[in-house]
Amino acid sequence: MHQIITPSSRGKDLSILLIFIAVVLTAPLWGSLIGAGYPDLLQKFAIFGLFAIGYNLLFGLTGYLSFGHAAFLGVGSYVTVWSFKLLSMNVIPAVMFAVVFSGIFALVIGFLSLRRSGIYFSILTLAFAQMSYNLAYSVLTPITNGETGLRVLRDDPRVIDNALGVTLEGSPLGDLFGITLTGYAGFYFCAAMLILGFWLSLKIFRSPFGMKLVAIKSNQTRMEYTGFNPRPYLLSAFVISGMYAGLAGSLMAITDPLAGAERMQWTASGEVVLMTILGGLGTLFGPILGAATIKYFENIFSAINLQVLENTFAFMPEWLGGIMVTITRPFVGEGWHLTLGVLFMLIIIFMPGGLIEGFRRLSRLFGGKKAASETPAAESEGGVK
Amino acid sequence: MSNGDNDFVLSIRGVNKTFGGLQALSDINLNIEKGKVHAIIGPNGAGKSTLLNTCIGLLTPDSGSITFGGKDLTKSMTPHAINQAGISRVFQTPQIFPELSILQNVMIPAFAKRDGAFSFNPLKALREEEGILNEATTLLDDLGMGEGAHHHAGNLSRGNKRRLELAMCLIQHPKLLLLDEPTAGMARHDTNRTIELLKKIKESGMTKVIIEHDMHVVFSLADRISVLAQGAIIAEGTPDEIKGHPKVREAYLGSAEI
Ligand SMILES: Nc1ncnc2c1ncn2[C@@H]1O[C@H](COP(=O)(O)OP(=O)(O)O)[C@@H](O)[C@H]1O
Ligand SMILES: [Mg+2]
Repeated sequence: MHQIITPSSRGKDLSILLIFIAVVLTAPLWGSLIGAGYPDLLQKFAIFGLFAIGYNLLFGLTGYLSFGHAAFLGVGSYVTVWSFKLLSMNVIPAVMFAVVFSGIFALVIGFLSLRRSGIYFSILTLAFAQMSYNLAYSVLTPITNGETGLRVLRDDPRVIDNALGVTLEGSPLGDLFGITLTGYAGFYFCAAMLILGFWLSLKIFRSPFGMKLVAIKSNQTRMEYTGFNPRPYLLSAFVISGMYAGLAGSLMAITDPLAGAERMQWTASGEVVLMTILGGLGTLFGPILGAATIKYFENIFSAINLQVLENTFAFMPEWLGGIMVTITRPFVGEGWHLTLGVLFMLIIIFMPGGLIEGFRRLSRLFGGKKAASETPAAESEGGVK
Repeated sequence: MSNGDNDFVLSIRGVNKTFGGLQALSDINLNIEKGKVHAIIGPNGAGKSTLLNTCIGLLTPDSGSITFGGKDLTKSMTPHAINQAGISRVFQTPQIFPELSILQNVMIPAFAKRDGAFSFNPLKALREEEGILNEATTLLDDLGMGEGAHHHAGNLSRGNKRRLELAMCLIQHPKLLLLDEPTAGMARHDTNRTIELLKKIKESGMTKVIIEHDMHVVFSLADRISVLAQGAIIAEGTPDEIKGHPKVREAYLGSAEI
């Protein structure tokens, strides 16, 4: 079994961070090798990676399964667009407001939901998120622009921009002190946020705070009779993960200045649960791996339509091709979620620890030396003898 | 008794507890003297664990009061507040953190003691907590558990889990240590080691309440003994008094050799 929280050594943590930064910054290069070398998809990896990294700090460390984190994603998006509308197209205030507001929102929902644990907690978070979705969709239309979605308009006040004499040219896009965040500029901004988010997650994994969160997951009763009040710990983890979700939502609105209620749907909440479990619950790299994997395959499978299928099977006799098209059709395009379901089941049945466990098994299989450094004993080098 | 109230760490007064129709505790009065080891003995189902449960906020008695450090523990005190006030407990079924390492299991209660019920500092690294790391390592070495302290606690044998839980309580230096059958399920060898350890902490002057079936353990450790049967205290005294007590012989010790 693998230990989640280890004291680790400073040097080791630094190399983990540096490798992570290198991998993220060279994404356009390795992305093009697997057919993902364009900013739209890469920035999806980064945004959903952030969402999953933050979610993992709650679900992975404390074991509290929230089914409502899409609500914070939505709040982050709406706040960002409002910051664009009212203040400035500059993304810095937009991101800061998004994180703060989603944090406050998470504080309220977390405070109420954490009065219960287990399945009741999950249901409460789901209920609050669906409530938020419905409010955004209907009652709060003046704020959310309901069904149509909130977008930036030419005649919005943008008081800061106007005071500085900045005018909106072309379509409204997020701006970082003169750099328009589209294409690779957009990706690299998301990448910078992802690195920041990963760094914080690494810090938490190595801290007594993180260890206490895992202790709550391991034996909450013992925690209480050991002198800890689990509630504020859980609430902190909930708020932190809510802020990550808000940041992810903000980046969505920055790279595509539109916020819609569907971002708060329970399916979006479910997706981050899948990403985290698929990649490796409670691990440092698992969630982002899960997020990238799902977005990568979504991109491939959802792009396949009837035409593509017919072309693929064109080499076969017509009757056989017809059968193949009929069989594969439900798994592609709109039906890609069916593929995701099958993929998810296969991975969880054969590798309950997710993709990370798969990698660990592979490295044990191929490099005895490498595998040895993955054992808990070696992991705790540094702080502990 | 001539003792003033101040010499008592814990005072249990008129505590009753029923489960449905079952009177698990009836009018319990018990004073635990500072620095002493107080043993509670009695047959299975007598209510010994239930009595400890009322002392740590796990159960609320139907009536009566339990005073510790000037506070009534039965008056809506949370389990963590009771621990922070200075009571640590070893459970009858070992309660540890199976997912954490042995060392981390011991560090957690040390953090509770040092930082209180809640502290938030997610940027501080565990490896920088040298004070607590050293304290935990030293304690585990003393208990002969230093080797392999980075292994998962979940893989320990039942006897070792018990010892680990004891270490988790000891690192808090509690004012009052409650031990619920600390040697149950241990091999003779481990039992002896635990007795040695408990004797060592006896010298440190820590007040302890110990529930124990093994009379050998009880008579070698206890300063005072209370005998519980069917939810009531039927006798209390020094080990010698209890050995000779006719009611005790009849109700509990029976044929057991002493
Ligand atoms: N939470 C509970 N609910 C119902 N009955 C209980 C509960 N805890 C203990 N009892 C009952 O109270 C009696 C005393 O139990 P316990 O204190 O565990 O005995 P001992 O520790 O002396 O062996 C037993 O009959 C037990 O079944
Ligand atoms: Mg018992």
